[in-house]
Amino acid sequence: MENLQCQCGHVNPPGTKLCESCGRSLTEKEQNSKLVDMRYEGTARRSQTYNKSIIDKIWNFFSSVKVGVSIIVVLLVAAAIGTILPQQAFVPATTETAIKDYYADTYGSIGRAYHFLGFHDLYSSYWFIALVGMLAISLVIASLDRFVPLYKSLKNQRVLRHPSFMDKQRIYANGPGTEDTLQKAETKLKELKYKVRTEKNGLLAEKGRFSRWGPYVNHIGLIIFLFGVMLRMIPGFYIDESLWLREGETRAIPEVPGYYLESKNFELENYTGEGGEEIFGEALDRVGTVAKNYQTDVVLYQTAEGALPGAADGQEVVKEYPIRVNQPLKFDGYAIYQMDYRLDELRAMTFALTNKETEESLGELTIDLINPEDTYELESGSTVELLGYYPDFSGFENGEPQTATPLPNNPGFLVKLTTSETPEGETSFITIQNTVEPLGENEYKLSFLSVETRDVSGLTVRKDSTLPILGLGGLIFMIGVAQGMYFNHRRFWIQQKADGTILLAGHTNKNWFGLKKDLDQVVDYASLPAYTDQQDEIDKVEKAEKDGEALS
Amino acid sequence: MTLADISSNLLYVAFIAYLIATFVFGGAVKGNKEGTFKSEKRWGAVAITITLIGFAANLGYFFTRWGATGHAPLSNMFEFTTAFGMTLVGGFIILYFLYKTPVLGMIVLPVALLIIAFASMFPSEVSPLIPALQTNWLAIHVSTVVIAEGILAISAAAGLIYLLKVVDLNKKSKQRFWLEAIMYSLVLVLGFVVASTFFSATGYEADFTYVDKEGTESAITYAMPPIFGMNEYVALTEDAMTPLIETPALVHAGKLTTVLWSVIVGTILYWLIRLIFRKRIAAILKPFVKNVNLQLMDEIGYRAIIIGFPVFTLGALIFAMIWAQIAWSRFWGWDPKEVWALITWLFYAAYLHLRLGKGWQGEKSAWLAVIGFVIIMFNLVAVNLIIAGLHSYA
Amino acid sequence: MGEQTKQKKSNKKQKRAVMRTIILTLLVAAIGYTIYNSATAEDVSILEVGDKAPDFALVDLEGNTHKLSDYEGQGVFLNFWGTWCKPCAKEMPAMDRQYEAFSNDGVQVLAVNIAQSDFEVQSFADQYGLSFPVVIDKTKSVMTAYNIRPLPTTVLVNPEGNIERIITGEMTEQDIEGFMEEIKPE
Repeated sequence: MENLQCQCGHVNPPGTKLCESCGRSLTEKEQNSKLVDMRYEGTARRSQTYNKSIIDKIWNFFSSVKVGVSIIVVLLVAAAIGTILPQQAFVPATTETAIKDYYADTYGSIGRAYHFLGFHDLYSSYWFIALVGMLAISLVIASLDRFVPLYKSLKNQRVLRHPSFMDKQRIYANGPGTEDTLQKAETKLKELKYKVRTEKNGLLAEKGRFSRWGPYVNHIGLIIFLFGVMLRMIPGFYIDESLWLREGETRAIPEVPGYYLESKNFELENYTGEGGEEIFGEALDRVGTVAKNYQTDVVLYQTAEGALPGAADGQEVVKEYPIRVNQPLKFDGYAIYQMDYRLDELRAMTFALTNKETEESLGELTIDLINPEDTYELESGSTVELLGYYPDFSGFENGEPQTATPLPNNPGFLVKLTTSETPEGETSFITIQNTVEPLGENEYKLSFLSVETRDVSGLTVRKDSTLPILGLGGLIFMIGVAQGMYFNHRRFWIQQKADGTILLAGHTNKNWFGLKKDLDQVVDYASLPAYTDQQDEIDKVEKAEKDGEALS
Repeated sequence: MTLADISSNLLYVAFIAYLIATFVFGGAVKGNKEGTFKSEKRWGAVAITITLIGFAANLGYFFTRWGATGHAPLSNMFEFTTAFGMTLVGGFIILYFLYKTPVLGMIVLPVALLIIAFASMFPSEVSPLIPALQTNWLAIHVSTVVIAEGILAISAAAGLIYLLKVVDLNKKSKQRFWLEAIMYSLVLVLGFVVASTFFSATGYEADFTYVDKEGTESAITYAMPPIFGMNEYVALTEDAMTPLIETPALVHAGKLTTVLWSVIVGTILYWLIRLIFRKRIAAILKPFVKNVNLQLMDEIGYRAIIIGFPVFTLGALIFAMIWAQIAWSRFWGWDPKEVWALITWLFYAAYLHLRLGKGWQGEKSAWLAVIGFVIIMFNLVAVNLIIAGLHSYA
Repeated sequence: MGEQTKQKKSNKKQKRAVMRTIILTLLVAAIGYTIYNSATAEDVSILEVGDKAPDFALVDLEGNTHKLSDYEGQGVFLNFWGTWCKPCAKEMPAMDRQYEAFSNDGVQVLAVNIAQSDFEVQSFADQYGLSFPVVIDKTKSVMTAYNIRPLPTTVLVNPEGNIERIITGEMTEQDIEGFMEEIKPE
């Protein structure tokens, strides 16, 4: 493609529609149309200029609005597909096969197909990420391609435009004027906060040019946001750990070196419908219980500098804090959230040592299920010796009691009971449901009296160092859209010919209504010729043609 | 009278005011003699006054309810949907004073009425907040969203007017079909309202037990005669209708029954209208829009989106993310409601690019605005009621 | 057109091509990296072979404190276990036998129990007659520092104090022998 030289002498880059200098139409299409296309001021999109190498072709591809919109639409449809069935993160299965089976069992063949196509984890699939990436490429390239020429063109715009440019503007007037018309128009336009430049026999009044940068600013915001999202995948920027913390436990906080968390208490509170809550009575009757508060009272400890993991000494209390929903514990860039809970895990069991026949009690003992002792001395002088402890008893293997987990879900105890009457001791294996006496009938037994329980808090440990970047991206995006959408770029060109005739043209990138309001004031004050909205004229003609068709 | 009672009475007042205003707006538009706008000016002023009274009552409902419950009334399906109806009217009022267009009122107000009526079909008693909602972000996030959606919906109304005027109803075409489909779906909403009101007025109730998709036994109360039965249902209410078809556990037969009743009643209503007027609903409305300035409608539609889009971004994405980070520890979790907010946002982004970059104005733009409203309604209704997620507060 | 302008124009063209290539490459690289990261995200562990093994101080059943750094110059066979974990129990006797064989060659075994009670750990140690020190990680801080997920996991620390190998799952006696050979000081 060759450069285009305009009649005014200015040399324009290939692809230009309106001469950068005087505004004459350069293409046949523009010359024949009634109104000029003012998008991007008729400048050449940079990508249209060269189209030779592969790089240029890829560049041009991503520069096109059509391609950009297509990516948006594909992304939109893909996102919608991901909501047809729940994503794997929301299904009650954790392992690969369990997830697969869940989809097949719950949703039948649809579920099987959905899983097979990978839609159960759609948003982290490589193709979805690639789509978002393509959108990012499109954002960068399309913006660069349009911003540079538009910026140059608006920066270099001349005051005097060719009449053929003026009469193809939507707002146009042509008529007689007086000597001071231009001056008066200038005064009024300045009063309306327009920036006015004059040259020889004409003026250019302009307001709100910065709104033209809005789209590019918001695209920069989006790019920053996407960049932040990308950073989260780099180890160290983002931590997401869960921590099940039982009342009374102190645990190292996963992925947070040097910090420990102790749970003092977990509390679940429901609405009662009483004491100021009467107003909710009706709703509570309908739905049953509604939770009012989930809260874990924690103590945060930090080890002294240089202390090693595991060393018990040198822990200092950093703070005590009630973690609630919407009120995470924050420290040192980390945050700990109340996410889940389990109520009433066993903590301790109390038994009485009783004579089977007489049911006489020789005293009580409480076994701490978290930290049992090996011998319990009773007041009567009897002892209960703990031979074996199986917190989650799951049966016998080779005569040996087994535990399935370290949690006291189903505690089993192998005990030796020694009383003054049975100095040899009697062995007994006790679980919640029953008692086995492996070495023959006993005289004494441990009878169950009561349990103590404790609650478990499901906490999430989070660090997200990308939040400031994401925030910045969001802020810039909002500034960009506000700039581009709540403001508009208005321009008026006015020229007075030697014979006193006034030529007037007006343009805005949006809100013609507002532009006309401004112009009405100027026309009034400076007695400019009456203007027409040429779009209205075109519409009228089209309508008349249509009506004509309908009649004939 | 308690504050809560005052609140619901104010909502009635608003409803009736909007109803009256609809007809006055219609009369104002219809009364114009060819080429003049005298009737529009005179009756338009009356209609907007009635609308303003209604809107004041509507705001009264909102804030008295806020006072009564102690939290912003935006926490469940009834409250959110009612607020949506309110912001729709609010958006209309703003644009009315900018552009003086009674015809917009004639379309927006009945839609707002339908939305408020639809909202009233959900449990409306004041309910307490679950822990996740106990924060000022409830008011900040949800009110911004509902305002944005109200404004965006105006663009659909302007688009609809544009289409009513521009689509040729005498010739068979895709446009004519889809325009009537929009009208039909609005009548279906009315069908839902009528069916629900009828069965609740007659006190219909039928209890069943069934086995849900996780295999546990659950109970359900039908408020409409059960056409579909839940998986392995057992009727508890005597002399209740026996369901005609039993559905697998995956399908919620109770909801499906409600949908089918709405479709049945809505379709009957639709054909009644067709029989009485002997023309399509679009054709009934056509005379009202004959004086409409197309370019103005196009500009209103575009303007509404331009105003609404940034507000939507702020409320439905940015505020949403901030709150999600505080409450759920992550700012984004691909919850269905979040995804559909993103879809809505992407859709309007596509609209803006097509309009600004490809010159899609007029009819194309009008169709897009209407589709945008469909997406918003989908997110409001379907995502809440069908697709379960963190946002299912209804 | 003059020679000079032509020259200038082709320079400009070249510059533009270079710019475009750079921008596109950067963008594509960023996306590729993101996809790669998301595909491998779950496998990223904080500790890798070759890293310095984090130091710790844990107390054994006799009340003696064991610091990892005390064993510098020796190979440390660090075994994380629990009494409920069957494969852990199975490999214990073999570990004990191999410990006897290698302890004079400068290989130390430390069995780190994950936050169980003294009673359970003591009865387990008694039952299996373990001769190597058994320490209890009461707050799971060492487990966290080593990013231990499944049990048993064994971390081999060489005499220089670096991680030689990480083994998850049960080991046979032959494996154990080979591993101890690996971390035996020269």
